[in-house]
Amino acid sequence: MLLVRRFEEKTAEAYALGKIGGFCHLYIGQEAVAVGSSAALRPDDYVICSYREHAQALVRGVPPTAVMAELYGKATGCSKGKGGSMHLFDVSRRFMGGHAIVGGHLPLATGIGLAIKYRGGDQVCVCYFGEAAVNIGAFHEAMNMASVWKLPVIFLCENNRYGMGTAFERVAAVTDVVEHACSYDMAAELVNGMDVHEVQRATERAVQRARAGGHPTLLEVRTYRFMGHSMSDPLHGVYRTKEEVEDQKKRDPISQLALKLQEAGLLDKAGLDALDVEVRAEVDAAVRYAEESPDPDPTELHAHVLAD
Amino acid sequence: MPTLTYRDALNQALREEMQRDPNVFLIGEEVGVYQGAYKVSRGLLEEFGARRVVDTPIAELGFAGVGVGAAMTGLRPVVEFMTWNFALLALDQIINSAAKMCYMSGGQLPIPIVFRGPNGAALQLAAQHSQAWDAWLAHVPGLKVVTPATPADAKGLLKSAIRDNNPVIVLEGEMLYNTKGDVPDGEHLVPIGAADVKRPGTDVTIVCHSKTVVPALKAAELLAGDHGVSAEVVDLRSLRPLDEHTLLASVLKTGRCVVAEEGWPHCGIGAQVVDIVQREAFDSLDAPVLRVTQADVPMPYNKVLERAAKPSVEKIAAAARRVLYLD
Repeated sequence: MLLVRRFEEKTAEAYALGKIGGFCHLYIGQEAVAVGSSAALRPDDYVICSYREHAQALVRGVPPTAVMAELYGKATGCSKGKGGSMHLFDVSRRFMGGHAIVGGHLPLATGIGLAIKYRGGDQVCVCYFGEAAVNIGAFHEAMNMASVWKLPVIFLCENNRYGMGTAFERVAAVTDVVEHACSYDMAAELVNGMDVHEVQRATERAVQRARAGGHPTLLEVRTYRFMGHSMSDPLHGVYRTKEEVEDQKKRDPISQLALKLQEAGLLDKAGLDALDVEVRAEVDAAVRYAEESPDPDPTELHAHVLAD
Repeated sequence: MPTLTYRDALNQALREEMQRDPNVFLIGEEVGVYQGAYKVSRGLLEEFGARRVVDTPIAELGFAGVGVGAAMTGLRPVVEFMTWNFALLALDQIINSAAKMCYMSGGQLPIPIVFRGPNGAALQLAAQHSQAWDAWLAHVPGLKVVTPATPADAKGLLKSAIRDNNPVIVLEGEMLYNTKGDVPDGEHLVPIGAADVKRPGTDVTIVCHSKTVVPALKAAELLAGDHGVSAEVVDLRSLRPLDEHTLLASVLKTGRCVVAEEGWPHCGIGAQVVDIVQREAFDSLDAPVLRVTQADVPMPYNKVLERAAKPSVEKIAAAARRVLYLD
């Protein structure tokens, strides 16, 4: 979680310096979701994400160097500089990408689930998406088919309350995402996304259902982003108050975990500080690697439009 | 050589490829129990079972995406759209997911998938069911687009499409399904990106594809009988990649060219052909290149109006006469 936090802080710095371009969506505040859920998975499980996916890439083991280099658009990036922040891929780790049309990757997740069942495997596919995707047709179509065909897909909705600058309750008739599961006769759970262990346990239950009989689950994981929607959006904007953001920061998932570990006697202040030093060094190394990496060769422009 | 309908030629291609490769499966509306809306998938459910012949809800965007997701893991789905009119709903998956995934993943994720179904007008189905999307789809890098006009090409191109490691769009024709022709048994592959001279000639080139091939051949017949004109009919067969070599070899020989297509005129396939011809064969041209297209209107229901809107033998022959300065 600390790695994700420090990585995203560095990303924001590099973006401000013009080193990273395009749209860039940070994960600060939501770390417990990616970390907790990933802890419930095996290396051969599939993960597919929306465009806010730096964290999922990191926790699935994509090296910070390759992720940062991709944000820099460098040839050494995990998508060879062709994807950028919104399209991180590492198929060797079954990290099936960041996808940047809201809701567009939900049917892909159902398709990955279909392929798992087709081959008789016991893997699962976890599909991360924001609550705003619930309002798009692809959500309905993907959920329905996953349930009709009993596919091992975990639809993990990261409800951070705002689709860009629009509060969910302003655009959704049903504001408890978890209730949508009834429409698809699907198992569902509402989860506190600021508690990494709760996220892990809920995902473990979903994984168990999926591995046992290919049953999909809808997890509504309530979380909050401390930053703007993207780097071009101010910290709280006009759609939420500064007080609200500050209030939410009191629920910071990292501080909460640190406190819990301290109370349990598992990690003291010195230990935490040492961890932070270690993580910062790792992130600095990633930035150095990205800075020093070459741009893609101009001949790369036409490569990979088609496969051989 | 056995004579088959276009429909049965497609069915044979599907059956042979599903027998050959256990990763190939068919998914779409009514493909299984109903045996296919146009019976292209007849008998496949019985032979291969519900695991490999997957009936879907009416959810084009969803099941197109399901196909792409399965292809991301290395399966080779054939996604059937009941018609390409409905596939408009699936364009996000075809374009944003299938066509771009290989590129934006830096080559990690080839998408070996086929999207197929009938395209263009049939008879009196009116505006929402009578549309040719050839130009829209051929516009997109990352896709291949093929348009078989004969049963033999239907089989050979579909088999090549299924074996291709990229998303391939197969545009069929409701009005072609019952047409008959000789189809080679077994391993018959038509390469993607190869045009076919369906009738050799020396005086004028008629470029066509899909449903305009038959009227183009009839127009050539008419021109030979009425004027002693020798028209060469070039069936593009693939719109992306497009076989510029065969096209140009013909125009360099004849010096005159007419392009027929089912789509609307504005930014159509013919416009692309004209671009190639004026760029590469400018000095050989003896007349401007003319185009025959659907009228620039949504398709009307009325039979007389519909006929007036569609490309026809007469319209193609008239355009050929004009470029030959016979009128």
